[in-house]
Amino acid sequence: MAENIRFHFDVDGENFTSAGEASVAVKKKLRQLGFSPDVIRKVSIAMYEGEINMVIHADGGTADVEVTDDEIVIVLADHGPGIPNVEMAMQEGFSTARENIRALGFGAGMGLPNMKKYTDEMKIDTEVGVGTTITMKVYL
Amino acid sequence: MNLSELCEVLSLDVVAGDTAGKTWHGVYAGDLLSRAMSHVKLDNLWITIMSNTNVIAVASLTEACAVILAEGVELLPEALDAAVDNGITVLSSTRTVNELCIAIHEASSGRK
Repeated sequence: MAENIRFHFDVDGENFTSAGEASVAVKKKLRQLGFSPDVIRKVSIAMYEGEINMVIHADGGTADVEVTDDEIVIVLADHGPGIPNVEMAMQEGFSTARENIRALGFGAGMGLPNMKKYTDEMKIDTEVGVGTTITMKVYL
Repeated sequence: MNLSELCEVLSLDVVAGDTAGKTWHGVYAGDLLSRAMSHVKLDNLWITIMSNTNVIAVASLTEACAVILAEGVELLPEALDAAVDNGITVLSSTRTVNELCIAIHEASSGRK
């Protein structure tokens, strides 16, 4: 690949009905680029979970995807409340989502665990009151 | 048994998308979207009582064959638009999730 391919999305924090649009768009682009279903599934799941987290907890943010020769890098950045206890947040079933969010089918406490499970690398930079940036890599 | 045949045997209503020429493999039943995101596999039937737009996003990302709405749940208007836009097949039934699972199993194993 001569030059890395980059996608940028603004994730709207107000709008639950459009949550997931960036993930669906990336999936379509990766399919057009000819990536394997396995790679597309990993990126789609990890990115969707991150996108939903930004809508639920952080009033939106940005999603950047870069495709290199060796990996697909997903960077999700927000200016939300930050994660006070990352270790606890990584546990399956732990959720701070409100009841109205749970009624939509979210808040299973599987978001961050799914992001880790479906990517080869995941790094969380978070500061309470400042925001969270999650960098995930899927190897090619 | 393809999707059209299953619709006929189980009297499923087609809410959105096509059934013709579609083949399904396996079933997942559940309403929590992260669970579904993780467990719905390519060409699965996904049975749920959730009817919002996010169901369509999950069905699209997991490449489910079709979503089956149980218990007579109706797709919300914006979700219907999303299903049409994304080419997602959505079916519906008045049966419960459990009844649907049993009926699909029986139909696909030739017991009914």
